[in-house]
Parts: sequence; C-alpha cells; structure tokens
Amino acid sequence: MPAKKIGVYICHCGVNIAATVAIDELKRFAEGLPHVKSAQNYMYVCSEPGQELIRKDIREKGLNRIVVAACSPRMHEPTFRAVLKSADINPYCLEIANIREQCSWVHHDKQTATDKAKGLLAAAVAKAALLEPLEEREVGVTPTALVIGGGIAGIQAALDIADNGFKVYLVEKDASIGGHMMQLDKTFPTLDCSACILTPKMADVKNHPNIELLAYSEVVDVKGFVGNFKVTVKKKPRYVLESICNACGQCAQYCPIVIDDAFNERLAKTRALHIPFPQAIPAKYVIDPEACRYLRDKSCRQCEQVCKELQAINLDQKEELVELDIGTIVVATGFDVFDARQKPELGYGKYENVITGLEFERLVSASGPNQGEIKIHGKKPRDVVFVQCVGSRDKTVGNEYCSRVCCMYTAKHAHLVREKIPDATITVFYIDVRAFGKGFEQFYDRVKGERVYYRRGNVSEIYRRGERLVVRAEDTLEGRAMEVEADLVVLAVGMVPNKGAKELAKLLKLSNSPDNFFLEAHPKLRPVDTGSEGVFLAGCCQGPKDIPDTVAQASASAAKAVIPLSQGKVKTETMVSVVQAEACRGCGFCVEACPYAAISLEEKKVRGKKKLVATVNEVLCKSCGACAAACLSGAIQQKSFTDEQILSVIAAIGKDY
Amino acid sequence: MQETYERACYIERLGLFGCIQCGKCTAGCPLNYLTPFNIRKMVYEVLNSSGEEIASEKHEIWQCTTCSTCSSRCPKQIEPRDVIINLRSILVEDGNIPPQIRDVLKSISINYNPWRLGKEQRGEWSKGLALKDASEAELLYYVGCTPAFDPRLQKVAQAMVKAFNKAQIEFGTLGIEEVCCGSEIRRLGDIWSFDALREANTEIFNGYDNIKQIVTTSPHCYNTFKNEYPGLKPSVMHYTQFFSSLIDTGKLVLAKDFRKKITYHDPCFLGKQNKIYEEPRNILAHVPGSTFVEFDRNREASLCCEGGGGRMWIEIEDVKERLANIRVRAAAEMGVDIIAVACPFCLLTLEDAVKSNDLEGKIQVMDIMEIVAKTLT
Repeated sequence: MPAKKIGVYICHCGVNIAATVAIDELKRFAEGLPHVKSAQNYMYVCSEPGQELIRKDIREKGLNRIVVAACSPRMHEPTFRAVLKSADINPYCLEIANIREQCSWVHHDKQTATDKAKGLLAAAVAKAALLEPLEEREVGVTPTALVIGGGIAGIQAALDIADNGFKVYLVEKDASIGGHMMQLDKTFPTLDCSACILTPKMADVKNHPNIELLAYSEVVDVKGFVGNFKVTVKKKPRYVLESICNACGQCAQYCPIVIDDAFNERLAKTRALHIPFPQAIPAKYVIDPEACRYLRDKSCRQCEQVCKELQAINLDQKEELVELDIGTIVVATGFDVFDARQKPELGYGKYENVITGLEFERLVSASGPNQGEIKIHGKKPRDVVFVQCVGSRDKTVGNEYCSRVCCMYTAKHAHLVREKIPDATITVFYIDVRAFGKGFEQFYDRVKGERVYYRRGNVSEIYRRGERLVVRAEDTLEGRAMEVEADLVVLAVGMVPNKGAKELAKLLKLSNSPDNFFLEAHPKLRPVDTGSEGVFLAGCCQGPKDIPDTVAQASASAAKAVIPLSQGKVKTETMVSVVQAEACRGCGFCVEACPYAAISLEEKKVRGKKKLVATVNEVLCKSCGACAAACLSGAIQQKSFTDEQILSVIAAIGKDY
Repeated sequence: MQETYERACYIERLGLFGCIQCGKCTAGCPLNYLTPFNIRKMVYEVLNSSGEEIASEKHEIWQCTTCSTCSSRCPKQIEPRDVIINLRSILVEDGNIPPQIRDVLKSISINYNPWRLGKEQRGEWSKGLALKDASEAELLYYVGCTPAFDPRLQKVAQAMVKAFNKAQIEFGTLGIEEVCCGSEIRRLGDIWSFDALREANTEIFNGYDNIKQIVTTSPHCYNTFKNEYPGLKPSVMHYTQFFSSLIDTGKLVLAKDFRKKITYHDPCFLGKQNKIYEEPRNILAHVPGSTFVEFDRNREASLCCEGGGGRMWIEIEDVKERLANIRVRAAAEMGVDIIAVACPFCLLTLEDAVKSNDLEGKIQVMDIMEIVAKTLT
C-alpha cells in the first residue's frame, strides 16, 4: 500500500473565514498533523488559480489524499472532486472540513473559532488518511419522461421533451388538459385571449407522435431511481369509451342529473354526463361517478340507450392500473385558489355578490355562464370594488407570501369591467401594487387612466346595507376610513398548492418550502431541480407565478429532464454499503431501515453453509447509511463512512485544541 | 412572573417594525365608526417617537374597548391593541389618568372590585340560595364583580344557580372571598395591579386541591383566566361552553316553551378573541318554541357594544352615535323580541340602548342564562 501523502488547503474565503479563524495558526497546526505532506492557504481555493494550486501540488509532491478546509461541501465538493480527477487521482480521496458554515459563520470569538477549526481540520485529516479510492459506475436510462400535470406548465414541458425526440407520458387527473389557464378570459398584459393561445398547444399535445396523453388518470406509486423509475398510473373510468366517443353530445342532453359545473367555478350547472368544456382534449365525455344515478343505485341507463349506434357508453367500466418505465419525471401539478371562506370578514360564501377572481374570469368569459356579460342576479353591476391580497401576505391564514399575479390580474379585471360596463365606478383597494414584469407597469398606468380609483388600504370588512354591500377600508393616504357601496365585490384570491400535491410529495420524496410549495434544490441556482435526482419542477407547484414565468420554467425543466435521457446513462452512488457475509446474522433489520428497498435478504453459501445474508443492490443504494447504523452485528460498513473512519473523526474532535 | 414595562424596547417586543401600515386595523376598529380614533396611525407614531409623547397628547387612547378586532385581523400578526395598553400604562404610571379611572383603580386596591362597593357586599346576590363553599366541590362557579354587585346582573347569577341545580351539578363559590379577575384593570393600563390580582387569584384557585374546573359568568373573566394566567392549574370554561355540553349530553333539559323571536349578539371577548361562536347558539337552538335569527353582523363581524377596555367607566364626549344603538336598531328591523347576550357588559350597554331608542317593551335584552332559566321546570 503506497504511503499516505495528505495535502491540506485552507481557504480564507475573502474575509468569510479569515476574519474569524486565524489562518496562519491553522496552517502551522495542519503541518504538524500525521501524514500531512504539505499545508497551503489561499484566498479563494475554489477559484481557478486555487484549483490549479492543488493540481500542481498533486503532480509535484505526489499527494494522494486532499483535505480542503473551506465552506460547506454542498458548495464545492463536486468542484474539488473534479480537480482530483483532472490530476489523475481518485476523486473520492477528498475530505472537506467545513470551517465556514460550521465555524467562522457561527462564532464571534476568534480564539474559540480557531480552536474549533483545528478540531474540524484534525478530524478531516484523520478521516482522509483512512479514505479508499472508490469506483464510479453508470447505469442505463429509460429514454422516456413522465410529466405529472396537464396545465400550461405540463403541456409546455411535455412538448419540449417530445420535440427532443423522447417519448413522454403526460398524466392529468382531470378529464381534460388545460388547467387553470383554460378558465381565464384575457391574459395580462397583452390581453391575449387565454383559450386562443392555449388550445393550439393542447392540439399539439394531442397530435405529437411522442406524447401519450393519460387524462383522467393519477400517479399512485413510484418506485426506483433516476433513469429507472417504475411508475404506476391509475386510469379512472370515464364510463365512456375514449376510443369510440366522438363527442357528439347527444347522450348528455338526456342525462337527468344536474350538477355544479366545476369548470365554471360552480357559477353554472352541467350534467353528470358532460364534457369538461367545448375545447377539451381529449374531446371525450365523462360521467361524474358521485352524481350518476346508475352508479349510485343502478336506476338509470338513459345515456346507454341514446348512444345506440356507437355504443360508446360503458357503465361497467373499471379503473385500470398501468405500469410505466420512466427515465425522468417533471412535476407540474399547479395550484388551487385560496379558499376565501377563511376570511369571514369579507363575506365570501355569505353574500352572493362577493366573488373570487377566478369566478370573475368565468363571468367575463365568452364561454362562461353569461356569455361574457358581467351580471349579478341578472343585473349589470354599477359599482364594482376589487379587494387585493386575499389569502396572501397574511400570517393569520398561514400564507405569508405574496401570490405575485393578483395585482396584475386585478388590473386586468378592472379593465374588462370598464370595457363591458362603460359607466361603472371601479375601485381597487390595495396595499402595494406589484407590477414588476415586462409591460406590467405600462399596463397598470393604462388601467388607472381608464378611470379606475386605486385606494391604498387593506379591506377590513364587507357588510350588507339593504340590497347593497358596503366595503370598508382605511384610505391610508388620506388617513381616514372610507366605505364604498358596491353591487359586485371581487376578491383577489391568492394561490395555494394544488391539494393533490401532498400525496404526490410522499411518493416522490419531495420536500416543501415553508410556504408549502415544492422545495427546489437551490432557490437561486437550481430552481427546477429537486432533492430527488431525476425529478424536476415546473410552474406554480414550485411557487406562484404568471404564464410567461411558468412557460419559461417548464422549458427549463424539460431541458434538465432531457439530460439523463439524451446521455443514456447516469452515475450511481459510490459510497454504497458493503455487507460482510460472515458477520451477517440474517436478522433483516437493515431491510426494514432502508427507505429505498436497496437491501434484501438472499440465501447465500457462506463457509459451506447456506444462510440468509443481507445483499446490497448497488444501483438502488443511495448511500444514506441507515442499514449500516441499524446493523446489530456490525456486518455492514458504508464506503467512506466506515466505523473506523467515523471513530477516527470522533477521536480527533474529542481532543483539546 | 413580573410583567415589567420597558419603555424603549416594547416596540420590538410588539413587532411594530413589521407593520406595513395596511390600515386593516383602523378600518375594522369599531371606534373608528364613531370617532377619528386611528390605531394604524398610532402604531406608526409610536414607532417614530416616544410612547410618552403619544400617550400624553392623545386623549382618545381611553376610547379603545380592547375588542381586539385589530389584533385578530392584522396580516402581520402584530397586536395593535397591546400598543394601546402599553400607552395607557405610561399614563397610569405617571398618575395622568381621567378621574373615573382613578376611582376604579382605587376601588380595586381597597375593595378588590371596580364598582366602589364594599367587599363584604359581594355575597348579597346569593342571599337565601344556600351555596356550597369553594372547598366543597370540583367545580368553582366564578361569579365576577359585575354579576355579584350590579342588581340587573345579579339576576343572571341567580339564573345560573337555578340551572346548575336543575342539572344537579355540584359547584362551589368563593363568596365574599372572590377577588376581581383583573381583566379590565390590565386593559386600563394598570399592569401592576393586574399582576397583584393575578398572583392572588392564582394562589386562591391553585390552593384548593379539590377545584378541577372554573366556570365564569363573564367572557372577560374567562378570557383573562384562560389566556393571561399561565400558572393556573384548574381548567377554565365560559358558562356557554359548560351548559352547551350539559344540554348535548341530556343532563339539562330545556322543557318549557319560550315562544319568542331571538337573536344573539356575539360578545367580543367570547367570539372574536376566543372563537366561541357555536356553543351559545347551540343552547338557544334548544329553547323550545323559539325562533332564531342571525344579525347580518354575526360571529367575528359582531359589532362591539363598547363595554370592554374600561369603557364601562369612561364616556366619550361629542359622539354622534353609539354602536349599541346601531345594534338594537338592527335587531328592531329584524322584528326580534329578545337580544340574547352572554356577557354582563353587553347586557348593560344594549339595555341602555334599548331605553334610549324608545324600544322598551318592544325588545328585551336577556342573558342566555335568563332565557334558559325560563325554560326550566
């Protein structure tokens, strides 16, 4: 075995470390540690000259183990591993001592911090001396992607991945793709008709040879790992045969059950047998299983009788489970609107003419309940009041964040009211107006110019006075409370994560940010990656955003998701666990401990005897170390985290410095 | 636990730097319907200058009823109501207070009640009722200063006893040993007397090993015991919670018809501050022969009667209207016979308003307990 020659590199990190840790003292200390051949300090070791310094030393001094005392390995572990590789030594002969986040950034006293840095460094050197070279391995990738969610984010991601030449499954839980964007009338700031710009993309999804659309379906199980996922999808029964139905609509006219129309935010009615909206993709009818009379008590088969020629109705259809082999996954589950009943002082749910922004979109849409005429109780409202920040920027309902789109969509709504009801009085109560995007401030100026009164004050209550509503807020710029009578109040409700997201998070092992949206791998530099390799985020499931930002993020997510698919291979974990068969007692605790089903008991012949031995699947193993910790016999050692290595770290830290 | 008042840092303690001046507090403040009292502005001014200046200049700080609409709605969860209490405590410490308040605080220190009546009169309401002592039951009925001393409210305490007895509930009272809970005293800014009262009461309640539960007449006493007495061992309930569950479990049956049209006025200290809305309604729903209608402004939107925060002892001058008047007129429009209340202060202020609006004989204000007593055989 060649002699261990450790090189130590201490980073100043500008003043981040050097202001609190005495670098010279640390360097002298390092030189005295066992196996240390050389100790250097540098301003920014992660910089190109810093990296070159390491490379040079490896070549000239024959170093075979490197210790970097600097920032958290989460910053630059890959950087330094690459440096070792480029200098022809095994990249896993690297140990990083975090003397920044764990030392200089959390202590004030220079002496204490320096002493602690010595301990951290001694521990890293002790471990480095025991590190062994590890093999990097690769495994193949299924050249197929899964996009979960068929709103604009999912649609865009699916199209981009498919255009790259890869097969995509697009799974959508509703009966049609399109999501919330389909419900919008015009979009800010261009006043593009939402459905008009969305339906071509929906048609592209339908026609794309690489996209297989699984609508009215849900992901129920995910196993495996990046490049090799096994996903189970439940196809819910429509009770209408997709391959036969031609959407003629005859059947629905005879359905006796009337239900609330979810697409129209319950402002209109539809039948239990219905098509979600005219431009639905897939353009097929569907039966609501909770409303259908036959499905509840077998007492009606009208629709079957009507569809005699095609026989597209099958009331005995069952749900189907399909298993898909998937390489990478894009999560695009979108948002729900905030439930304004949680703000009882605003009267939503109590007064009929207090509605949400999304309900307003349906009112004002040509495909909506009034063919685009804004009417309440059959009458055009004369005084319209808009209330901003409902369910956003509000600790009392647990939503501290700003929902980003409401200032702009309210300005758009105000414009639409002005367009359709020229002599209406329009008031917007706001706290701040956030018009940050391209063309937004100009749009806001234009809307104000259309005689819209913007009053600065957070609406505190809405109550009834006779037939009218009174909206009470303080005009903080005037310094007095004011009341505005209204016949229509629109609440600018914010976004909350889609309710299905919680279950999906468990399946995909996704974390949430404090605002309950999905957590990205790094908020600045990796906004579409997640902590789970091979799983990416697109759209509002990661945080509230408008359509341009959603589309941009969806394309970014698609680009990331394609990388493993186009490379055709991914690296597997190197620091896997190893079982010493002779010591294994076959108890199976490790199997219970493993969250990835990467270890199992297999019958093996050990010293002539057959016995159950824990066996690691190195491809599934994620190097978490749970099995090694659970093992009662000490038979499992994790590479680069062996008992000997960990004990050497503890021994080094336990000394006085 | 001494609540020390540090003039410099209460701004940080109350999180005032987080205020975005959105004005939701002012717009929801019931006082702001009547006067230029502007809590948002006060928070801003306190942030920018010393509490002393604001306190001595703004006489309107005595108008606040501490209903807590501001604190319950603030999206940044700041407590504007606590700013008022802190400002008042500056004035109390300097002795710079209206004479009515001075009298109240003096009465507390001498007689342990704010009504300037001798403490030996505290047992008058229960003459002839043969009540158990506090040491004789697991349940303590904490009567409260106003029901004990005010002749109108004494009827409520008597009705409570009738209902306890009908349901065969064993309960004790402290009699003349009962001491003010301190709720309004704290809200008037005398945080020092409040500390003393709290210490005394905690010692009394915890001192009885047999007492497991306290039931109060007033939501003010309930609120302060529940939320401001951290060392208290027995559990606390307002009588509406207690009796609602007695009715649900069949232990108390409201048998006789009471054929009236009833509405219910949510007290701020029970509703807005402690989210107890349904139990009082449950009791009223079991009143045989009655019909129930809701105010438009019900539950958290209930219009403060202007009884809390020391307002039982402070009048505002030059005010065009009283909220209690608005309330009884709204009740009259609905054609109700009874406005049901669950708080002694609401009862007194609303009854006053019935009289001053010439609605006597048309509308009655009754405590829920009085209604219940009418239905018991």
